[in-house]
Amino acid sequence: MTNFLHTLSVLVEDRPGVLTRIAGLFAARGYNIESLAVGVTETPGVSRMTIVVDVEDKPLEQVTKQLNKLINVIKILEHDQGSAVERELMLVKVRSEGDNRARIMEIADVFRVNVVDVTSGTLTLEAAGKPEKLEALLSLLRDFGIVELSRTGRIALGRGDRGIKDRSLKVANA
Amino acid sequence: MTIKGADAVLKALEQEGVEVIFGIPGGASMPIYDPLVDRSPIRHVLCRHEQGAGHAAEGYAWATGKVGVCMATSGPGATNLVTPLADAKMDSVPIVAITGQVPTPVVGNDAFQEADITGITMPVTKHNFLVKDAGDIVETIREAFHIARSGRPGPVLVDLPKDVLNADTTYTWPERINLPGYKPTTKGNNRQVSEAVKLILAAKRPVLYVGGGVIKANASEELMRLATIGKLPVVTTLMARGAFPDSHELCLGMPGMHGNYTAVTSMQRADLLVALGSRFDDRVTGKLAGFAPDAKIVHVDVDPAEIGKNRFVDVPIVGDCKDVIAKLAVELAKRQEGAGVPDRSAWLSQLDEWQTKYPLRYGQDSDRLKPQYCVERLNAFADDDTIVVAGVGQHQMYAAQYWRFERPRHWINSGGLGTMGFAVPAAMGAKVGQPDKRVVAIDGDGCFQMTAQELATSNTEKIPFVTAILNNGYLGMVRQWQELFFEERYSGVYLDPDVPNYVKLAEAYGAVGLRVDSPEEVDAAIEKAYAIEDRSVVIDFRTDPREGVFPMVPAGASNDDIILGPEFAPHEVPGEAPIV
Repeated sequence: MTNFLHTLSVLVEDRPGVLTRIAGLFAARGYNIESLAVGVTETPGVSRMTIVVDVEDKPLEQVTKQLNKLINVIKILEHDQGSAVERELMLVKVRSEGDNRARIMEIADVFRVNVVDVTSGTLTLEAAGKPEKLEALLSLLRDFGIVELSRTGRIALGRGDRGIKDRSLKVANA
Repeated sequence: MTIKGADAVLKALEQEGVEVIFGIPGGASMPIYDPLVDRSPIRHVLCRHEQGAGHAAEGYAWATGKVGVCMATSGPGATNLVTPLADAKMDSVPIVAITGQVPTPVVGNDAFQEADITGITMPVTKHNFLVKDAGDIVETIREAFHIARSGRPGPVLVDLPKDVLNADTTYTWPERINLPGYKPTTKGNNRQVSEAVKLILAAKRPVLYVGGGVIKANASEELMRLATIGKLPVVTTLMARGAFPDSHELCLGMPGMHGNYTAVTSMQRADLLVALGSRFDDRVTGKLAGFAPDAKIVHVDVDPAEIGKNRFVDVPIVGDCKDVIAKLAVELAKRQEGAGVPDRSAWLSQLDEWQTKYPLRYGQDSDRLKPQYCVERLNAFADDDTIVVAGVGQHQMYAAQYWRFERPRHWINSGGLGTMGFAVPAAMGAKVGQPDKRVVAIDGDGCFQMTAQELATSNTEKIPFVTAILNNGYLGMVRQWQELFFEERYSGVYLDPDVPNYVKLAEAYGAVGLRVDSPEEVDAAIEKAYAIEDRSVVIDFRTDPREGVFPMVPAGASNDDIILGPEFAPHEVPGEAPIV
C-alpha cells in the first residue's frame, strides 16, 4: 500500500474554496488524502499545499492533470522518491507513570525531541523530522500508551538550487 | 460615477457582448431585473423553469459559438441550474450562469431561499465565483467569460449576494485578466505536428476521428483541407455531426454504440486514428481493451487531461484544433509534394464495400410509422441551414443517424450527460441565436414532457421553432435495453402515447399542434409545420413502439460485436472484418 504514496506540492491562489476544489477532485474519485499541509509562501497571495496521497501512478496522473485544470492552481510538482526534503511536526502525549517517565525521557533524548508539557501521569513530546523518524519514535512510544497524537502533515521542498516555479511539470504536458 | 452593483453586472455583460439572458427572477436576484426595464439593452427571455433557461443558454452557445447566459435567483432557482451546468461541462459548452444569493451577512445561516450554490456546482462547472464585494463584480464577470470561452470551453457560475447587487460601486473595465493559474495551451507543438504527419504518411488504414472539439474550435475548414489533402476518411462523433459534410465521399458518418457499420469498423481495423477534439468516450470505444487494436494514435486536444486518459497515445498534441489541424494540413501537403498521396486504394475500396453492404437500414412499412422515416422526411423538406436539436435516447440516435448534416453548429444535442428534456429549451436558445434559420427539435415523448413548458416561453417571446415528437409511448431507449438484455421484461417504461394529448397541449401553450399516424400523412404535416413561421409547432408523430435503434454495440461489448439489427438477414451479417 505504501508503494502508492505520492507527495505533491501544489501552489495555489490564496482564495476561499480552493481547498474544497482540490479535496473534491480526490474525493470524487474515492482517493484518500493521507496528509495535507497548507501555508503561505514567499509570494503574497500564493499558498503552498503539500498533499500526500495513496494512488497508483496512472490515476494519479489523471488527478494531477485535473488539479492543473483548476483555475486557482498555479503549479504542481510531484516529488520523486528522495528528490525532496520532507519534514513533519508531531505532538504526542504519552502515559508516563512510575519508571516509564525516565525511559521516555531517554527515548526523547536519543531522538532529539523536546518535552513540551509534563503532568503527573503524562509527557507531551514535540518531534520534528523525516516521516520515517516520527514513525520510529511512535513505534517505541506505543508501548507506554499514547493518550493523543497530533501531526501537521508532511511538508516538502525539492532538493537542489531551483524553486518550484522553475521546474517544469512532472506530468507530461505533451 | 457611482452605480449599483446590479447595474455593474449588466454593464459588464453588455461589454462582454451579451445580447440575451435566459432567466427567471426571484427575491435575491431582483436588483438585476430593475435595470433591465430601461437601463440595459440586453434582452431577457423569461423562461418557465430554470433548467429550461440553462439549456436555452446552451442551445444559444452551440448555435452561435458565443457564450450563452442564464440567470436564476438564490436557492431553488440556482439548484435548478445544476443539470444544465453539468450538461454544459460534459459537452464543453460555454455558458455563464448568474445567480442571486442571500445577503452576505446571512450567508451560511439557512436564510430563506439559501443554497450554497458555489459549493454545489463546484464539480459541474469549469469554475465558479462568489462575489462578496461590489468592487469585484466587473473583474469577476470578465474572468467568468474568459474562462467560459477559452481553452476547453465550459460553464462558469457567478453567485451574487443581494447586498452586493444593491451596493454602490464604480465601473472600471479591467484592461488585463489576472488568472495566474489559467493559461491554456492553444498552439500545437511543431515537432509533434511533424511526428503526426510521419504517422499519417506511413499509415495504410488511417481514419480521422473527429469530435466536438473541432466544432468548438470552428475548425471545419481546416479539417476539410486536411482530409482532402491526405485523402483521409473521416468519422464524426455524436458531438461532431456536421463538422465534416455527410455528403462528402470521405465521410463515413457516425461511429460509436449506434454508429453505422463502416464508421465503427473502420476504427476497429484502422492502423492509425487521428483523434481531433475527441475524447475516446466509452460510447465510441465500446470495450476499451478491444478498441482499434492495431491503431497507432495521434491525439489532438486543447485539454491535456484528455490525452492518454483512456487510451495510450503515440503522438500527443496539446492545442486548439483550429491551429493544430491547419498545421497538420500544411505539413502534410509539404511532405506529399512530389511523392503524392500514398496509395491507399485497398483501404478506400474496403470502406466503400462496407458502406454498400452494410448501410443504415430500417424496415419501411406501409401502415406502421417508422421514426427513421420521420427524420428522413423532416430532413428532406429542410435546407442545409436548418438547425436540428435533440435530447437523449432513441430519437436522438435516429436524428444523428438519418439526418444528413452538412454544416457545423447545425446539430445540437445532449451528448455526454445525456440529459432528458434538453431539446425544447435548447432549440429555443438556438433560435434566439440564429433567428433567420429554421430550428427543428426532434424529441422523444419522454424527453418532451420534462421541459415542454418552455413552449409557453417560445410563444410569448416570439421564438418559433418546430418540435417533432417521435412518440412511441415509451421511454424508448430503456425499453430497447429491456427488450434486448432483460428478456423483454418491461418495467417502468410505458408512458402512454395519448397522455397528454400532444396536439391539445401544444395548443394550450399557444403553439400549433399536428398529429401524424401513418406514413402517408408525414409529408403534408411537415410542409404545413415548416410553413408556419409566427409560432411554434408541435408534430406528434405516432411511431412504432417496437422499433429499435440499430446498429448497436451493447454496453461493455467490443465494437467487433456490433449488431446490425433485424433488417439484416443472417446470411448478410458480416463475419470478422478482414484487414486489407
